[in-house]
Amino acid sequence: MARIAVGRSIPRVDADEKLRGAAKYLDDNRLPDCLYGVTVRSTIAYGTVKSIEFDPCCPWKDTVIARAVDIPGENCVAAIEADQPLLAPGRVMHPMEPILLVAHPDRNMVWQAPRHVKITYEEMEPVLSIEDSLSAKQLLRGQDNVFKSYLIEKGDIKKGFAAAEYIVEGEYRTPPQEHAYIEPHAMAAWVEKNGTIVVMGSMQCPYYVQKALKRIFPGGNIRVIQAVTGGAFGGKEDYPSMLAGHAALLAVKSRRPVKMLYDRAEDMAATTKRHPSVVRHRTGLTKDGKLVAQDIDVVFDGGAYLTLSPVVLSRGTLHAAGPYECPHVRVRSRAVATNTPPNGAFRGFGAPQTLFAVEAHWEKIAAETGLDPLKLRRKNLVKEGSCLATGQVLRESVGATEVLERCVKDSAYEKKRRRYAVLNKKPGPVWKGIGLALVHHGPGFTGSGEVMLASRAAVSLDRAGVVWVLAATTEMGQGEITVLTQIVAETLGLDPALVRVAAPDTDRVPDSGPTVASRTTMIIGGILMKAALKLKDKVALELGSFPTTAKGLECAGRRLAAKGEISFEGVYEKPPDIQWDENAYKGDAYGVYGYEAIAVDLEVDRTTYEVKVKAAFTATDVGRAVHPAMVRGQIAGGTVQGLGWALIENPVFSKGSMANNQFTNYTIPTFTDAPSLTLEIVEKPYSRGPFGAKGIGELPHNAPAPAVVAAVRNATGLLIPDLPVLPEKICHEFIRKKGRTQ
Amino acid sequence: MAREACDKALVITVNGRRRAYKGPPFKRLLDVLREDFGLTGAKEGCGEGECGACTVLLDHAPVASCLVPASQAEGRRVDTVESLARSKALSPLQKSFMEEAASQCGICTPGILLTAWSWVKSGGSADPQAIREYLSGNLCRCTGYQSIVDAVVKTVRRSKKESLIRRQVSPHDYLPPRGGGK
Repeated sequence: MARIAVGRSIPRVDADEKLRGAAKYLDDNRLPDCLYGVTVRSTIAYGTVKSIEFDPCCPWKDTVIARAVDIPGENCVAAIEADQPLLAPGRVMHPMEPILLVAHPDRNMVWQAPRHVKITYEEMEPVLSIEDSLSAKQLLRGQDNVFKSYLIEKGDIKKGFAAAEYIVEGEYRTPPQEHAYIEPHAMAAWVEKNGTIVVMGSMQCPYYVQKALKRIFPGGNIRVIQAVTGGAFGGKEDYPSMLAGHAALLAVKSRRPVKMLYDRAEDMAATTKRHPSVVRHRTGLTKDGKLVAQDIDVVFDGGAYLTLSPVVLSRGTLHAAGPYECPHVRVRSRAVATNTPPNGAFRGFGAPQTLFAVEAHWEKIAAETGLDPLKLRRKNLVKEGSCLATGQVLRESVGATEVLERCVKDSAYEKKRRRYAVLNKKPGPVWKGIGLALVHHGPGFTGSGEVMLASRAAVSLDRAGVVWVLAATTEMGQGEITVLTQIVAETLGLDPALVRVAAPDTDRVPDSGPTVASRTTMIIGGILMKAALKLKDKVALELGSFPTTAKGLECAGRRLAAKGEISFEGVYEKPPDIQWDENAYKGDAYGVYGYEAIAVDLEVDRTTYEVKVKAAFTATDVGRAVHPAMVRGQIAGGTVQGLGWALIENPVFSKGSMANNQFTNYTIPTFTDAPSLTLEIVEKPYSRGPFGAKGIGELPHNAPAPAVVAAVRNATGLLIPDLPVLPEKICHEFIRKKGRTQ
Repeated sequence: MAREACDKALVITVNGRRRAYKGPPFKRLLDVLREDFGLTGAKEGCGEGECGACTVLLDHAPVASCLVPASQAEGRRVDTVESLARSKALSPLQKSFMEEAASQCGICTPGILLTAWSWVKSGGSADPQAIREYLSGNLCRCTGYQSIVDAVVKTVRRSKKESLIRRQVSPHDYLPPRGGGK
């Protein structure tokens, strides 16, 4: 059937105002009479505040100062637990922890305030690494510093190893990664005449912010509005709750509107990062390379507070065995506490770390057994009917084979491997290498998460005949407004121009859950389809048929919505055959998975060991591409972020604090770092996704890093098991190898 | 005395209109545009000339307006993203960006459009590698750059075909000085 909207790359709904420079990001909104707020932060990693002194030379009478004692309700930023304070009440758990807030009418003056607040501390020995935390010499949390642990068991790991011809062990490490959205965190707050606290800002999850503020301001009426958001990638999932609490606290105390705008340095040093990880693999294989045992140990550094670590770890754990079938699997995982700023959500949410390990481990296996990494993947990858580590049987929409073969063909992988082997033996300025990775990603919340969220979204018709999409789902660049427009338009048989998406405002839209976990198209799109069908049925019942022209809709609006818009809500309903046991960690961890294969073609300079990615080829199973150009945009963006993580993004921490918190020395890929990309979309429709669609946002970030490691090994013969693959590491590895052979 | 206003107003031609600015002469051009002239298209992404979100054209050449003091723009011509679409219709460059879905979150878009526009206007080629080099002072974290390069290539091809570009200037006239940020 020809489609009106779905499957077509229509102009992005938000493109016009963004291309004119007319889109209003938070700081583009003028707030009359507003103050500017700044945060005074801890300069130590661990200890207690002894005294706070205000420099008497400063005109403090012109400022508004808010401290922990000014908080009317609980001093917490509620997420999974409420262990993180809004303002450190005395004990400091990490560098850059907020201690007090200052607001002033002059945005150029207020920045100087923190320098004139002298805080003295009684310092304690901080825990600054995963190893320190596991040693439990200094206890930050419970008796073992462990925030959360999981265990997945399938078959009998001992039996598996007993049947193995080869047993290969490896350890893989990944660093924190900065989101580097180009718009730093920004939030405004004010109090309405009726006492309602309004916050507006750059955020992913308006209802998370509202939930957190309700505990800080109990009994208060709280309205949260998303401003146009200049990138997020997970970085604006939980931290905006903190910032909103700060802005609202200053607004309540000063009775004036308050804007809080982080500059780049503060944003990088204070806000969340991707969890650093250490993952160990012990793998048993038969003589011909069939997996018989996978024993995997995962440790994530959660930072100083629990925040989102349990769920990040959960996703990491559930993806740790890769898109492969193995009869005997054990995955043990822990998230531990350290005195560093809490790590949080970042595109992939734990999966890139564990998939890096399992994919890079194929190279170790290949090195030790002499088997070919491509053949190993072909032999073990999941197909329809395969059973994952949790016992989940994959019933449909399994594109692993298709994406792998497509990618191998597009990239001429096998031919290049042969060619580079010859080329690299000859003299020349560079070594060439090509490497593969195959990954999966489960879109939507893990396990019973979607059931607990019980997300709602609505479609309405107003008096003017406009069809509205009402959802708390936020646009952060991924194209949500356009995709939801397409899904509703297609369902109603309308031109997309006749459908509008309401701006996320907790006073106007229902709680559709957070805009995270690659869930928007698949989950919210599905709920909206149901809501749209209800509207269609109602209108058709009243008028005989559902109009599909602007004129017809106007007429319908006048007749049916004269006294107010008619609105129909959809709620998430779990398909009955999806079963998940939270306690045993068994069953259908995700309703479905997306699959991607990537081949990275690169050069390593023989003198400087600098790695230059020349091209990347991806093939991605997205179920159904609702908007092919934006799907490619997601894949391209995720790929380049993944390449940055793999090669150049190198956060340096000193005493628990990020030392290179600038774009000058924390470098992200530029136009010239990014390679030319060949992006293939593979469609294996998912029966439960709207028009067959599966989530796509995070999947592309999972693939590039292990493919880089494989390609560098192909080029140099060296396996670099910790990211980023810097020239220094290649150099050290050469020296180490030489030392050994001499 | 960066914070003290000078008595004389600075005259800057912004988007073809002569405008007077009275205030501290070392106020950043970015802040003058956003706060004094109400033109919020240019964004602050880093405040140190690395990201290019604040790019504007100063006498046709792209500069990071967070590094330019207002006094340096005196008597000169400044073009911001607001000048690209002359009326309701988008410019050919903006249209190509729309067709290629080359703006995602959009925060880097104004700066990238201006750098790209200076490339197109000065008769830059459709070679993707040359375009990448020229745009490399502008960061984007969403797109992976591919769609932006495609959009610029498309614009250059179209403009050459329709010979919209009358004034031929070497693109190298606009290349930023080496190591000079933007």
